[in-house]
Amino acid sequence: MATAAYPTRRGFFTRPRSTTGKWSWFFTVDHKKIGIMYCVTAFIFFIVGGLEALAIRSQLAQPNGEILNAEVYNQFFTMHGLTMIFLVVMPMGVGLMNYLVPLLIGARDVAFPRLNAFSYWVFLFGGIFLYSSFFLGGAPDGGWFGYAPLNETLPGHGMTFYALGLQILGVASLAGAVNFIITIINMRAPGMTLLRMPVFVWMTLVTAFLLLFAMPIIAVALFELMFDRAFQATFFDPTQGGDPLLWQHLFWLFGHPEVYIMILPAMGIVSDVLPTFSGKPIFGYNAIVFAGAAIGFMGWGVWAHHMFTTGLGPVANSAFALSTMFIAVPTGVKIFNWIGTMWGGSLRFTTPMLFSIGFIAMFIIGGLSGVTHSIAPHDAQQQDTYYVVAHFHYVLFGGAIFGLFSGFYYWWPKAFGKLLSEKLGKVHFWLMFLGFNLTFGPFHVLGLNGMPRRIYTYVEGMGWDFMNLLSTIGAFVIALSALVFIANVVITRRRGEEAGADPWDARTLEWSTTSPPPEYNFEEIPIVRHRDDFWHRKYIETPEGEPARVLAGGAVATHEHEAGHGIHMPSPSYFPIVAATGLPLLGYGVIYFNSTGKALLVLGALVTMMGLFGWVLEPGAEERV
Amino acid sequence: MSTHEVASAPVAEHHTSTGLDNTKLAMWAFLGSECLFFGSFITTYLLYRNRVLDGPTPHEIYDIPFTSVSSFILLMSSLTMVLALAAIQRGDHKTMRVWLACTALLGMAFIGGQVYEFTTFVEEGLKISTSVFGSSFFVLTGFHGAHVTVGIFMLLALVGMSMSGRLGDRHEGARKVELIGLYWHFVDIVWIVIFTVIYLIPTN
Ligand code: HEM
Ligand SMILES: [Cu+2]
Repeated sequence: MATAAYPTRRGFFTRPRSTTGKWSWFFTVDHKKIGIMYCVTAFIFFIVGGLEALAIRSQLAQPNGEILNAEVYNQFFTMHGLTMIFLVVMPMGVGLMNYLVPLLIGARDVAFPRLNAFSYWVFLFGGIFLYSSFFLGGAPDGGWFGYAPLNETLPGHGMTFYALGLQILGVASLAGAVNFIITIINMRAPGMTLLRMPVFVWMTLVTAFLLLFAMPIIAVALFELMFDRAFQATFFDPTQGGDPLLWQHLFWLFGHPEVYIMILPAMGIVSDVLPTFSGKPIFGYNAIVFAGAAIGFMGWGVWAHHMFTTGLGPVANSAFALSTMFIAVPTGVKIFNWIGTMWGGSLRFTTPMLFSIGFIAMFIIGGLSGVTHSIAPHDAQQQDTYYVVAHFHYVLFGGAIFGLFSGFYYWWPKAFGKLLSEKLGKVHFWLMFLGFNLTFGPFHVLGLNGMPRRIYTYVEGMGWDFMNLLSTIGAFVIALSALVFIANVVITRRRGEEAGADPWDARTLEWSTTSPPPEYNFEEIPIVRHRDDFWHRKYIETPEGEPARVLAGGAVATHEHEAGHGIHMPSPSYFPIVAATGLPLLGYGVIYFNSTGKALLVLGALVTMMGLFGWVLEPGAEERV
Repeated sequence: MSTHEVASAPVAEHHTSTGLDNTKLAMWAFLGSECLFFGSFITTYLLYRNRVLDGPTPHEIYDIPFTSVSSFILLMSSLTMVLALAAIQRGDHKTMRVWLACTALLGMAFIGGQVYEFTTFVEEGLKISTSVFGSSFFVLTGFHGAHVTVGIFMLLALVGMSMSGRLGDRHEGARKVELIGLYWHFVDIVWIVIFTVIYLIPTN
């Protein structure tokens, strides 16, 4: 293994060699390190977005609040939404995919390790770019879906940052999508047929296809917005014949698949956690996989349920109402699969299990309020009220975030070799669960009582005071629960319980290697003979149908010192981060399109080109020390 | 251990589950994504092509014979691309370079035509700010031009790599040329769609 802390440079196109030390993080192409970087970065954004939410909730705690003025309030709720969607839920999902997909399919890395590093850096720089707007005259303030024509009439650079920031983040998503599709199609271990893949891998595949086809659509909408705001085009300007509804169509044609991009990874996590802690294989594997794929297809045919009140006409409204109700069917199938998995199992209520069960419960509530939205006349009453806010927090927070935390607790010992404390974990879960329902449950009532979404204050006497106060208290309980999680991480890093390779008596391949896994993941590429192959190495079925432990089955190869000989892993590389650096420069160049801006555009293009040239020309691998 | 029989194919070897090359599959996936990219721009154009305000209408401004010639040039570049691939598959680097250079030159001629077209349109009073027809025309065809330009860079990079011996042997070289070729043909096909939808289908 390499020991040098600094990369040794021996010419322009050589590759860095060290795989340890702090510099190695900048140039790494190891999917596990990249996965960790994704999750850590997304968690930091989770805290930032959470602080924005606390500010919003403090402002609304009482009527006539005076903590935020209208302008700042608009920036805060917009950035809160953008952060949670593009900088938290999506990248946390991608982080887990990065860490896990190669391990789950028995591969040594993803198909394109450098492209993977590039995705991460583009994501990070895109996030920083978006947040830099706060210091450059004001953040985006037109809502996360940035409706036209407001998105072009809002003064300042805020919405231009929106157009370019999301564009940059889209590049990261697209690169990631291509990478995961090819990895899953092409890098599976021998015997790992498609229908033996863990459900999480399947959901990753569906998510990646959704990203692949949804990102270009939002890219077009954002480019059109950019040309309107920066280069005098008039795409969305109604006074020039532009059609604001075009924005809504393009946005939601991306936007609805996007909600599945956020939820499917969490569904995958839950589908792998539940069997482990129920001591049973997933109930109805084929059904759950096909339901996921069906959601992936049907997700393209429901976008106009976000536009029921725009006057599309009764035929279109009915059609989209029906398709939206239909998409609840495969979603329901999955819920039955999860319940069936737990049914009659020997359940172990560990922290990851609690988060998974919490996911199911909260997601059912969010899914049901979603179905009420699908009834078009009903939705006309609900649209733009807190009821909708309740709905999407139940699916996004109660759903996606709970699922992701389940994944963090579950795979933490694999990634870091130590178990998180179960005691603190349970405190975390219960606080978060209570805080969550305290915060978002009242939104249903508020919405049905007519409280509109996106108002920065309200007067007393509307009957909204009590529920708002409750909700704000809940928000602080959630914040407390996040602190408990951080404390758990800090404490167990110092004195956590050693995990060993397989602390949960789990079923899938990642548990068959050491914790944390070596750089090359598996000493020998496993040969897969069953779904849940690792389980079948550990247990055989007795004639009574009971599992019986195989002696030494599933033992983990640990000849540490001589391990890894003759396995060639791709060397680290300088160029992904270089190529990614150019993109925010291009973004600033468009925003300040004067002489400095033009210089930045040239500089950004040159840096990216340099990065790509180096990328193509550097050698495939360097000898390791 | 019997359960772990050896199958340690190092990552560098092209050993894939489907037997298809990773990079080629990736290019196909990317091009699938590009279909929706251009599809969305074309949709915008179709929605907006009759909304001209006081500016010129599509059939007042399009010079169909001129654009037909430049479209023909771009189509021919697909032919030369195929010839380049055939050459490297025979192991003939020199002929390959000639055809790649031809492809790049034809691409440049097309871009030259587009620059000329854009300048004439602006002189005749159609700018990006004139009407939503102008906005959608310039942005759609402009993005197509940008794609061709990227393609030209990649073709020239292939020529450069071949001259400095970095292209690899016959198989490796053919793989790279085929990859860029896929992209190039795609950009051509998109142009056929754009040409038909934008220039040939009459507006009212
Ligand atoms: C059973 C499945 C679901 C159904 C039937 C459903 C239905 C709907 C409908 C009809 C709306 C539009 C409400 C309005 O604007 O008046 C909506 C909004 C929304 N949904 Fe869902 N949904 C479902 C699942 C999800 C999931 C899984 C997510 C994300 C993980 C999600 C996230 C959102 C978001 C963010 C909005 C708000 C959009 C906005 O800002 O207007 N939904 N949903
Ligand atoms: Cu939707």
